[in-house]
Amino acid sequence: MAQSFERQKAKPHVTEEWVGRVYTLLCIFLLVATIFSMVYFVASRGLTTFFGDGVNVLELLTGIKWNPEGEPAVFGALPFIFGSFSTSILAALISAPLGFCAAVFMVEIAPRFGRKYLQPVIELLAGIPSVVYGFVGLSVIVPLFRDIFPGQGLGIAAGALVLSIMILPTITTIATDALAGLPSGLKEGSYALGSTRWQTISRIVLPTTLPALLTGIVLGIARAFGEALAVQMVIGNAPHIPRSLFESTSTLTSAITLSMGNTAMGSVHNNALWSLALILMLMTFIFVFIVRWLEGRSKI
Amino acid sequence: MKKTVVLIMALVLTFALAACGKDNNGGNDNGASPTGSAAPGGDVKGSILAAGSSALQPLVDQASKKFMDKNSGISIQVQGGGSGQGLTQVAEGQATIGNSDVFAEEKLDADKAKGLVDHQVAVVGIAAVVNPEVTVDNLTKQQLIDIFTGKVTNWKDVGGKDEKIQIVNRPKSSGTRATFEKYALGEKTEDLQGSIQEDSSGTVKKLVKETPGAIGYLALSYLDDSVKTVKYEGVEAKEENIINGTYPVWAYEHMYTKGEPDAATKAFLDYMMSDDVQNGDVVELGYISANKMQVKRDAEGNISK
Repeated sequence: MAQSFERQKAKPHVTEEWVGRVYTLLCIFLLVATIFSMVYFVASRGLTTFFGDGVNVLELLTGIKWNPEGEPAVFGALPFIFGSFSTSILAALISAPLGFCAAVFMVEIAPRFGRKYLQPVIELLAGIPSVVYGFVGLSVIVPLFRDIFPGQGLGIAAGALVLSIMILPTITTIATDALAGLPSGLKEGSYALGSTRWQTISRIVLPTTLPALLTGIVLGIARAFGEALAVQMVIGNAPHIPRSLFESTSTLTSAITLSMGNTAMGSVHNNALWSLALILMLMTFIFVFIVRWLEGRSKI
Repeated sequence: MKKTVVLIMALVLTFALAACGKDNNGGNDNGASPTGSAAPGGDVKGSILAAGSSALQPLVDQASKKFMDKNSGISIQVQGGGSGQGLTQVAEGQATIGNSDVFAEEKLDADKAKGLVDHQVAVVGIAAVVNPEVTVDNLTKQQLIDIFTGKVTNWKDVGGKDEKIQIVNRPKSSGTRATFEKYALGEKTEDLQGSIQEDSSGTVKKLVKETPGAIGYLALSYLDDSVKTVKYEGVEAKEENIINGTYPVWAYEHMYTKGEPDAATKAFLDYMMSDDVQNGDVVELGYISANKMQVKRDAEGNISK
C-alpha cells in the first residue's frame, strides 16, 4: 500500500522536474542567443567601417575631427569618447560623496527613518524617465548655467549634473546594502575599544565596505556612459573637444542618436555610428569586468 | 498538478511569443510586397507600410487615417525613423513607401536610387530664425555663409548690435540642414567649435528663443512669435514667395515607392495628391501644396517654370 502510494506521488514530480528544467534551459538559451546576436550584429556593422570602408582604427580612436558627410569624410571620434568619459566620471564625482553620505545616514545614524522613508524616495529617482531628466535639465539647469557662467549653459557641466542625479539611486542603494550587510561584530568591536561613532564609520565601516562602494560607483558610471536621451538634450552636440565645461560638446551616445535615423543603412556614415556603438559596448564589458574584479576583492 | 499546469502554460506562452515575433516579421514582409488587388467592384485591398521622415510623418499619419476610414480594405501603418531609414527601407523592400525630406539620389547610391519612383506630395519652406532680441531682420546669402562658416561671429558685423552669434544647428544628416545648406548657403558647412546641434525642430526653436544672440533655421510650420524670422536677400519666407519661386529655400516632401506602386499604394498616393488633402491637411499642418507650385526643381537643384 505504502509503496504504491509513494510511486503515485513521485511520478508527477519527475515530469515537473523535467518541465522546469527544459523551461529554464530554454530561457537561458534565449538570453544567451540574444546577447550573442546583439554582439555579433553591432560588431559586424561596426567593423565594416574599418574593413569595408577603409577607415583606420587609430584614426577613429584618436582623430579630433568628425565630418562624416564631408569631402573627404573624416571620422575622428575622440571628441565623443572624451565627452562620454568626462561627463560620466564627473557625474560619479558629484554623485558618489552624496550617495555615500546618504547611505551612512540611512544605515548608521537614523536606520529606522532612513530605511523606511528615505530609501524609497531615493529609489524613486531611478523610476523617472530619462526624457524627464533631459527636459528638466534643458529648462532649468541650462538657463541657470547660462546666466551664471560664460557660454551657452549647454555642455559637460550640465550633462554631468543631470547624470549625477540619475545615477544617485544606483550608488546610494548599493552603498546602503553594503553598509547594512556589515557584520555587527566589527562595529561593536570598534565601539568596545572606545572609538566614537565617526571614528567607527571612517576607520572601520567605510574601509571594509570600500569594494562594494566602488562597485556602486562603477555601475553608476556604466549607467551614465550608456545614457543617451537626457545627455543629448543638454550637451549641445558639437563634435569638438570643448575648451570649457560650459561649451557645447558630444558624447558617443548623443552622436549615435542624433544621426542614426537620418543616415542610410550601409552608408559609411551609418557604419561609423555602429563603430561608436561598438566602442560603447566594449566599454560596458570593461565596466562589467571591473565590477566582477571588485566583487572578488570584497572583504566581507 | 497545479504547478505542472502553470509550467505548461508558461511554456505555451513562450512559444506563442516566439511565434508572435515570427508573425511580426511576416507582417513586415507583407508590407514590403502588399497584396493589393483591384476587386471587380473597384474595392482595393492591401496593406501599406510608410516609414521615414519625421517632418512628413504628421501629414502622412493624418491623411492615412482619413483614407482608411473611406477604404476599409486597405490598412496603412506610418512610422518615423528619419529620411535615411525611410529610403533604405523602401529600397530594400521592407517598407512600401519611404518618406523623405531629400531626393533619394542625395542619400542612396545611384543604382539603389534608380529603382525608386518619386511622389512629391508637399513642399516645406525653411527660414533662418534668430533670437527675438537680435535687431537684424534681413541677411544676404553671403552674410549667412559667413555666419555659418564662422567668419562672422558678432552681430555687429552684419548690422546688428554688439553681441556674440550663437549657432543652433541641426545634425549633418538632417534633411532640413541639407536643404538649408544647399539652397540658402549653396555650400556644405562644418560643425564649428561651440555650436549647438539639436535633432528636433522643437528643441532648436526653444534654444533660439532662450539663447541670446542665437541663430538657427526652422521649417515654416514651426514658426511663431517666440522666434524672429529674418528675410533672405530681402525676400520674406512666405508661402506665396515660395510658390512663385522668389524665395529659394524650400524642399519637396517625397514619398518613394520601389518601382511603380501597386493598386492599394497608388490609391493612397492619389488620395495624398487629391484636393481633399492638398487643400486640407497639407495647409492645416503648415506645408505648402505641391499642386500650387509654379516652379519645379529636380534632384540637382535646377529650377524650371
